[in-house]
Amino acid sequence: MSTSPETTATPAPAEETGGHGDLNVGVKAAGGSGEATASATRITPGNALRPEDIALAVSSGSAKPTEDVAEIALRLGDDALILAQRLGHWISRAPELEEDIALGNIALDQLGHARSFLSYAGGLDGRSEDDLAYFRREHEFRSASIFEQPNGDFAVTIARQFVVSYYQFELYSQLTQSTDATLAGIAAKAVKEVDYHRDHSAQWVLRLAGGTDESREKMIHGFKVIWPYVDELFRDDELTARLSASGAAVEPSSLRAEFDRLTGEVFAEAELEVPKVQPAPGGGRRGLHSEHLGYILAEMQVLAREYPGASW
Amino acid sequence: MTTPEPHAGNVWPIWEVFVRSSRGLSHVHAGSLHAPDAAMALRNARDLYTRRNEGVSIWVVPADAIASSDPDSKGAFFESPQGKDYRHATYYTKSEGVKHL
Repeated sequence: MSTSPETTATPAPAEETGGHGDLNVGVKAAGGSGEATASATRITPGNALRPEDIALAVSSGSAKPTEDVAEIALRLGDDALILAQRLGHWISRAPELEEDIALGNIALDQLGHARSFLSYAGGLDGRSEDDLAYFRREHEFRSASIFEQPNGDFAVTIARQFVVSYYQFELYSQLTQSTDATLAGIAAKAVKEVDYHRDHSAQWVLRLAGGTDESREKMIHGFKVIWPYVDELFRDDELTARLSASGAAVEPSSLRAEFDRLTGEVFAEAELEVPKVQPAPGGGRRGLHSEHLGYILAEMQVLAREYPGASW
Repeated sequence: MTTPEPHAGNVWPIWEVFVRSSRGLSHVHAGSLHAPDAAMALRNARDLYTRRNEGVSIWVVPADAIASSDPDSKGAFFESPQGKDYRHATYYTKSEGVKHL
């Protein structure tokens, strides 16, 4: 995962040094000589908790998850990883170049969250993020069903993203208060990014629902396809009960009211109704997946399994 | 701000993007993009032009709304000031007794 190529729209990709210093790309010329190749804007890596920092904390022993915390990190990491893989499929296929990059950015945000969560989860038994992503089998993945749902058309992807972003925002907001400092740290970084994902998908829900007859019909269809998988996100189980009791996480059911209220506001503005559909049985948290996950894993894992240790 | 009319063939209109890299500096032209309206143009600009931490503020302007000088009239437009040294302060000799110049 650390070798994933990034799509880029800005000139000359910065050489990622991995450090936190000023990358100084495109800034040299801006100082005075005014070369035509100078970037008009200044590029810096910024300061934030990175997956590499977590991997380092885990390997040095300064952060170690309990068995329960590792399991919840695995769930959240798998959610983000499978969604990133799904969204990545849009790259070069979105309706417009600009939207292509927007979806690619969201995919990369999710991949970043996945790397952080999986790096931490692996701290339990010494497995790396790559071990967990590339060398587990289908029934060992703990992602909920909504994340593996096919992209469908653009409206289906937006419906899925809308649900996921509002769910993740509520969840990560709560996890910033976790008694587990690493979970809280990952959530604090992720919640800001997911906040933008909410805005992006809500903007598109409003535009598709309020656009042409055809776009409205597709948005309604998108929600109808996705809504059966909403319930599973908010189901409690023994793990979440224990984590909630210890203060490391929250019961998913406690997030539902705020999710309903905020998504309801967008539905009202878009003049859409919350779909009345029978909830799907789910089972992803126990490793029971639909036929879709196997294909996703086959594509995602093939290179790492064919050429173990490959780098490029 | 008015949203420009969509162009023929249902292509999103073009917007010019200006990014301010930090407080106290001016917004600088960073490039252009397509977007259906101003709100989405801002979001697309965020995704395209600030993904490496380049900005603290973005302006988007419909490309149609920008009037530009004619490149063919460079001579008439821009060459006239050449040779007019007296428009620069350095042309003048300092008068005696004037301080702080």
